[in-house]
Formats: sequence, C-alpha cells, structure tokens
Amino acid sequence: MEWINAIVQGVLLGGLYALFAAGLSLIFGVMRLVNIAHGDFIVLAAFLALSTTSALGVNPLLTLVIVVPVMAVIGYVLQRGVLNQTLGDDILPPLLVTFGLSVIIQNGLLEIYSADPQKMNAGAIETASLALPGNLNVGVLPLVMFGVSVAVIAGLQWVFYRSALGRAFRAVSDKQDIAQLMGLNKAHVFGLAMALSLAVVGIAGVFLGIRTSFDPSIGPGRLIFGFEAVIIGGLGNLWGTMIGGIILGVSQNIGAQINPGWQLLAGHIAFLIVLAVKPRGLFPRID
Amino acid sequence: MTSANYTISRSSPASRFAAGIGILVLAALIAAPWWAGRADMRLLSEIFLYLSLACLWNLLAGYAGLVSVGQQAFVGFGGYMLFALAMFAGLSPLAAIPIAGLLGALVAIPVAVLIFRLRGAYFAIGTWVIAEVFRLSFAQVSALGGGSGTSLPVAIVRSMASSRSMREATTYWLALGMAAIVIAVIYLLLRSRNGLALTAIRDSEVASNSFGIDIWRHKFFVYVIAAGLTASTGALIFLQKLRISPDAAFSVNDWTAFVIFIVVIGGIGTLEGPIIGVIVFFLLRETLADLGTTYLLILGLVAIVVMLKAPRGIWGFVKDRTGIELFPLSRRVVEEKSDS
Repeated sequence: MEWINAIVQGVLLGGLYALFAAGLSLIFGVMRLVNIAHGDFIVLAAFLALSTTSALGVNPLLTLVIVVPVMAVIGYVLQRGVLNQTLGDDILPPLLVTFGLSVIIQNGLLEIYSADPQKMNAGAIETASLALPGNLNVGVLPLVMFGVSVAVIAGLQWVFYRSALGRAFRAVSDKQDIAQLMGLNKAHVFGLAMALSLAVVGIAGVFLGIRTSFDPSIGPGRLIFGFEAVIIGGLGNLWGTMIGGIILGVSQNIGAQINPGWQLLAGHIAFLIVLAVKPRGLFPRID
Repeated sequence: MTSANYTISRSSPASRFAAGIGILVLAALIAAPWWAGRADMRLLSEIFLYLSLACLWNLLAGYAGLVSVGQQAFVGFGGYMLFALAMFAGLSPLAAIPIAGLLGALVAIPVAVLIFRLRGAYFAIGTWVIAEVFRLSFAQVSALGGGSGTSLPVAIVRSMASSRSMREATTYWLALGMAAIVIAVIYLLLRSRNGLALTAIRDSEVASNSFGIDIWRHKFFVYVIAAGLTASTGALIFLQKLRISPDAAFSVNDWTAFVIFIVVIGGIGTLEGPIIGVIVFFLLRETLADLGTTYLLILGLVAIVVMLKAPRGIWGFVKDRTGIELFPLSRRVVEEKSDS
C-alpha cells in the first residue's frame, strides 16, 4: 500500500515538474534558447508571491493574478532588452548570459529575503484530502495543482498548434528569415514566447511556494528537474514533457521509499537510463 | 629589383618577448617561498589552481565547443579520491594526486559516452546532472563522512613534510606546477594535429567532417584529458583545504561559475584569456570581497556586459586591435625583403 501511495504522490509531484519543464520546452522549441536561469525565475516567482501575500494579506493562490502577468512582463522585457542580442549560431552567448542572470537573481534574492527557508500557507485547502478506495488519501491541493498543470499543457498545445500566435512561433522556429519576410517581427515573437514561458514559470513558482519550503538557492535544482522531464519525454513534445515529469516524480518517490537519501539520486538515475536507452526521449516529435 | 621571400612562421617578436618575460616570472614564482609571506603564498596557490581550472574549461568551451557547467563533478571527484587514497590505501598525498587525475579521466569515459548524446545547451545541463549525481553519491559514502564530510587525518598531513613551512612550500610548488603542466599540455595539444582538427571543428563542423575528421573522437579525447587534469587540480585544492564535504567539493559556484567568469572576462578561445581573467578576477575579489553577495551580483553583471559588448573578452579586444599573440599558435606569413 505504501508503494501505491508513493506512486500516486509521485504522479502528482510530476505535474509540478511538468510545469517547471513546460516553459523551458517552449522557448527551446521557438528559438533554440536554453534558459539556465529558468529555475531561479521559478524561485523569483515564489518570492514575488510571498511578498504579495504578506503585503495584501490574501491567499497565496490568489497571488497568481498578480505574479503571472508580472513574470510575463519581465519575460518580454528581458527578451527584447537582453536575450535577443545573444541569439545566433553560437550557443555560448545565450548560455553564459542566462548563467550570469542566474547568479544575479540568486544573490539578489539572498540580499532581499536572506537565506532563511520560506513557505506560504494556503489555508484549509492544504490539509483537505480525498479518501480513495483502498485506504488511499490524496491531498486536494496536489490534485488541484495536477489538474492545473494538465490544463496548462493542454493550453500551450492549443496555442502552439491552433492559434495565430502559435503559427508565428512555429514559423520563426522553422525559418527565421523567411518568417521575417512574411511580415513577422521575430524580436517581438521571441519576446512573446519568453513572456509565455515566464507566465508558466509564475504558476510553477506560486505552486512551489505553497507545496514546499523554498530559499534563494534552490533554483538550479528546479532547472535540472524541468530539464530532465523535457529530455525524458522527448524534445519538442509537450505531452511527452508531462509524462517525463510524471516519470521523474514517481522515480523520486520510489527512491525515497527505499531510502530517504536516494530521492533525488533515483530521479537522476531514471533520467540517465532514458538517456542511455532512448537518447531522443521516450516520445520524440516526428519531424 | 626587389623581391620578397615569404616564409611561414608561428613565433613573432611579441611571442618571443612574452616567452622571455614568462620564464622570468616563473623563476620568481618558484622562488616565492623565500620572498613571500604565508598569506601571499596561499593566495598565489589559489590563483594557480583557479588558473588551471580556467584553462581547462577554456579548452573545452573555447576550443572543443563543449560548454560544460558540470566541471565541479571532476573537481570534487579528484578531491574525494585524494582523501580516499590517502586514508584507505595509505598512499602519500603526493602520489595520490596523479592517481586521482587518472581515475578522473577513467570515470570521464562512461560519462562522456552518455552525455555526448546531448547537444549544445542541453549538453551543458547534462554535465550539471552528472555533477549532482556525483555529489549525491559521495554524500551516501559514510566512510568519507557522508553528507557532512571529513578532514584529512593529522598523521597523513604530517607525513607530507617535516615542518609546517616545508609543507606549505610543497603545496605551493604543487599548485604552481599544476598550472604550468596544464598550460603546457593545452599548448602542445593545440599545436598538434589534434589541435588543428579542433580548430577546424570549431570553425565549421560540417566542413571538417567532410575532410574526414572524426568529430566525436576528437571531442571525446579533449573531454577525457580535461577531466583528468581537472580531477588532479581538485585533488590539490582539497589537499590545501585539508577538509572535504559534498557541498564544498561539488559546488557549482566555486568550481564552475567563477571559472566561467574568469574565462569570459579574460577572453574565451585564447590561451592568454584565462591568465588575464584570473588576474582581473582576483583583483576584483580582493577589493570587493567585503561586499559579500553584492560582489557576486557585480560579477554576474560584468560577465553579462562583457558577453554582450565584447564577447571575446579583454584579450580578444586587444588581439583584434593589435594582432598580438603571446602564445605562438596561429601561423603567419613573414616577408623577408632582400635585394637581388
């Protein structure tokens, strides 16, 4: 029974990892950019939510209304102001600039909020749980978060393949110059992609801050989880990323069940096994 | 009638001058235990070890196109191997340093086979995962102190040299020797056939592939060499610290972020860059270290500005304007005027 419970909790945790991964996957798909500061932006969003709850005294879940647009604006400005200059054939500049950003965000947060772990309290919903058959209890909050991440992935999928914005994303992704000739402003399209990515990061950050305690140093760890979910699922496949997140969450929980020290190690090992056996991920996009 | 004879030369007046100055500086540094204080020697040792790490990272990223953010995997591995070999195999720390390097190169082989499947930026994060796996694994080894780490037993430290000052001089010379070996190995590697292939790969993978260069094999070779030397450097770093813990050994800030800043500020893809970078880095650190986290903020900002405004760093900036090269690597045509 403990094992089934560990697996169920792992699936729910995987939803959060899929949220970490979705934004990463999106910007890589559109402009081949890997944002090393991605995890630090998740933590930044969590701290933004923390400041909002303490300033306005509202439930942390409500801060989504503020945090998500703020993160989107940060994303757009960052892309237009800094990151667009780094894009090109050379992979080094975007990598190093986002690496520098990661250091800046971490130390900036450290300066403002100190290294103390923080946690947000979402009230009664945190302790509410559903009793499932077979003596299994599932928290309402993790269930809601899982539902939201499925909805976010479905929404991104819709935007990417069914909307005018998604058409612009796919066009610049395929051939930047031709897309430009067809009247798309690629600098603006890239800005929108980063805005969307950081909006998802905003949701991920708020959920992270409610689910676990957080401090300025945990960003890189979240980046690695998101990255592993992307690679396990297969590059460029959003539903694959969702499954990748779930596999990661379940492996971590099974590892923790065997020995508490093995939780993170088990996740990394699951990732390395997939990399060894199916280097293109479990569900690579066919193209 | 005046005709000109053209010859191809690698050395230039600047490089010959630099070689002369280099030998003088090296001689002065070898003699440091006689003229420098204890604190100065510690600082110099640290500079040399950072110089080794920076040169090795530059070899990977600047010449082989392998941008790693996980070199701390090998720094920590080397450090732990030194402790393990000295404590359990009874080896003298001095003998353990090259063996730690060898083991580092060996462990890099399966690692490379696995992560070479990832490309570009994903390769970078993949190296980070490997470093995390190393950190979490060593934290499980209770004989090496588990998560909280361990100190090198006093008896082993004493066995290195008869007196404290002699021990400090030894570790200083080892650090200096390490930096000299690393620079020499990279210099010779770049001047060899292998170096030519690397330059070709860096300029165009497609073109070099069509000339029959085995890209995978060359990158693999460089990765394993860099891992081995990084592990040796790591062994020395923790021989100096005399204490190791998973968090210190596999710290991404200490062994990768700082190293990247050094190379980027100095000039990536040049041998001179890391040397300039390490001097700038330590000047900044010694003047701004009191600021704590603000110092790291400034460092991150400087790296971003350099990457955006002068992507080839300080040395790239100088080289573009003057054509000076201190290490004779590129070939140039020399015109010899003669009357005939």
